[in-house]
Amino acid sequence: MKTLPKERRYETLSYLPPLTDAQIERQIAYILKMGYFPAVEFNEDSNPETYYWTMWKLPMFNASSTQEVLSEVQACRSEYPDCYVRVVGFDNVKQCQITSFIVHKPGASSNSYRY
Amino acid sequence: MSYSQTTTQSKAGYSAGVKDYKLTYYTPDYTPKDTDILAAFRMTPQPGVPPEECAAAVAAESSTGTWTTVWTDLLTDMDRYKGRCYDIEPVPGEDNQYICYVAYPLDLFEEGSVTNLLTSLVGNVFGFKALRALRLEDLRIPVAYLKTFQGPPHGIQVERDRLNKYGRPLLGCTIKPKLGLSAKNYGRAVYECLRGGLDFTKDDENINSQPFQRWRDRFLFVADAIHKSQAETGEIKGHYLNVTAATCEEMLKRAEYAKELGMPIVMHDFLTGGFTANTTLAHWCRDNGVLLHIHRAMHAVIDRQKNHGIHFRVLAKCLRMSGGDHIHTGTVVGKLEGDRAGTLGFVDLLRENYVEQDKSRGVYFTQDWASMGGVMAVASGGIHVWHMPALVEIFGDDSVLQFGGGTLGHPWGNAPGATANRVALEACVQARNEGRNLAREGGDIIREACKWSPELAAACELWKEIKFEFDTVDTL
Repeated sequence: MKTLPKERRYETLSYLPPLTDAQIERQIAYILKMGYFPAVEFNEDSNPETYYWTMWKLPMFNASSTQEVLSEVQACRSEYPDCYVRVVGFDNVKQCQITSFIVHKPGASSNSYRY
Repeated sequence: MSYSQTTTQSKAGYSAGVKDYKLTYYTPDYTPKDTDILAAFRMTPQPGVPPEECAAAVAAESSTGTWTTVWTDLLTDMDRYKGRCYDIEPVPGEDNQYICYVAYPLDLFEEGSVTNLLTSLVGNVFGFKALRALRLEDLRIPVAYLKTFQGPPHGIQVERDRLNKYGRPLLGCTIKPKLGLSAKNYGRAVYECLRGGLDFTKDDENINSQPFQRWRDRFLFVADAIHKSQAETGEIKGHYLNVTAATCEEMLKRAEYAKELGMPIVMHDFLTGGFTANTTLAHWCRDNGVLLHIHRAMHAVIDRQKNHGIHFRVLAKCLRMSGGDHIHTGTVVGKLEGDRAGTLGFVDLLRENYVEQDKSRGVYFTQDWASMGGVMAVASGGIHVWHMPALVEIFGDDSVLQFGGGTLGHPWGNAPGATANRVALEACVQARNEGRNLAREGGDIIREACKWSPELAAACELWKEIKFEFDTVDTL
């Protein structure tokens, strides 16, 4: 028997081991396949009621490859290594946000591609 | 110009007596209007009663008719108000069973009142002597009538935005034992579940305000559990505080207190509480920004018999009109088996904006919801981690999966039980998004996650792996 340690979480997919970039890429592929628009956003804290994180540039309305999105994730991580970074997806038909998952936490190594 | 396509002879004058219903109420040439409310009844006439007469009687008794002719009939424009049976289909494989279709003019019903709608449609007619049995299978609600209803207080998308939860089903758990916990012990069970990774916990339907646990004490301790688990995990948490009460005033008083405590969601039992109370609460919830979870105690009394009563898809449609952000739908896979196609038919009717007629899924009429908010489907009862792949596959993201025993029965307690469920859920969502087939690879996906999650491994050891059988048990 084990006691569950107290641990902060970051919503969808945050109960899995931290996603590798290869896994992040497959989630981005899903966003593109479903016709959603991916976007990257970052914030200094992960307070659950902080609804708006700061947008990294604009949503990628014309993204055609996962690599484009992944390089923006990487650029955001490099510039804001001490922030939380998440990828979100917008559906303009349903007119709402449809997905969100964490891709970087403060202090995690931000320079190397993780397989 | 006549108001309607068929005419009832009133010029002939009044003659007292009992007249065949079908002379007035069976009109096979009638084409339903876009503003008519349409009903599909499964009808079993008494032996010897012709189906046309029986179906006409159903149309009559659920609208303007009574058993004998009355002179005041002649003071109204019957053609404007009468219900009409416009089609009868024998049910294949049944000796004496028919689906009869009835069209009701819009003017028969009060705007915004599910109570009035049901009082007319399923009032006296179900006890009618010429019928052996009668079941209301489906309704088509015209847009003109729908627009007089508020519908769900928030709808699926506003709920997601408020809770900051995207791209996955939500997780819940009903706190057990059903009855007898003190308010403080109850709050502890809530806290442990929520800190372990559930989004919601739930009051059991029969917990209202009993001597062992008065409602106000429960609300206070649960609020503490929510605030603490939210601060620790960094995720928004909720508990369906049951505000079902003996009077509407008491119900609203409890809801007000939940709001004062900053609680995001309350709960109501729409059938035992009644549609008037439910609609009142739904309006209050929209005005006050509190989500509304709906439980369906008593539904099986009404919807279980195949030849008599009301199918749950009708109750579900009525609830969407009356208002609720969640409603229980059955699990398809758990202890309460339900027919998969039929369940998915009414799950669509709860969540989608436009649903095409499809009798193989029990959808008798095309239904346009005219942008009314959607209701999240809640799958609850007898499910555990091994069911997760099938549940994610069947219900998709806009659902709440509730593991009661499947959380609280974990050998290490509520928090690890909750984590096991959350890990299994996220592993399934990740795999689905990566293009893996949950129906075929579900077991592998769960076993892979067990390698790094001891909480899930312990749960998987306790509960047995199940085979996914998607064959229909019930028939439509």
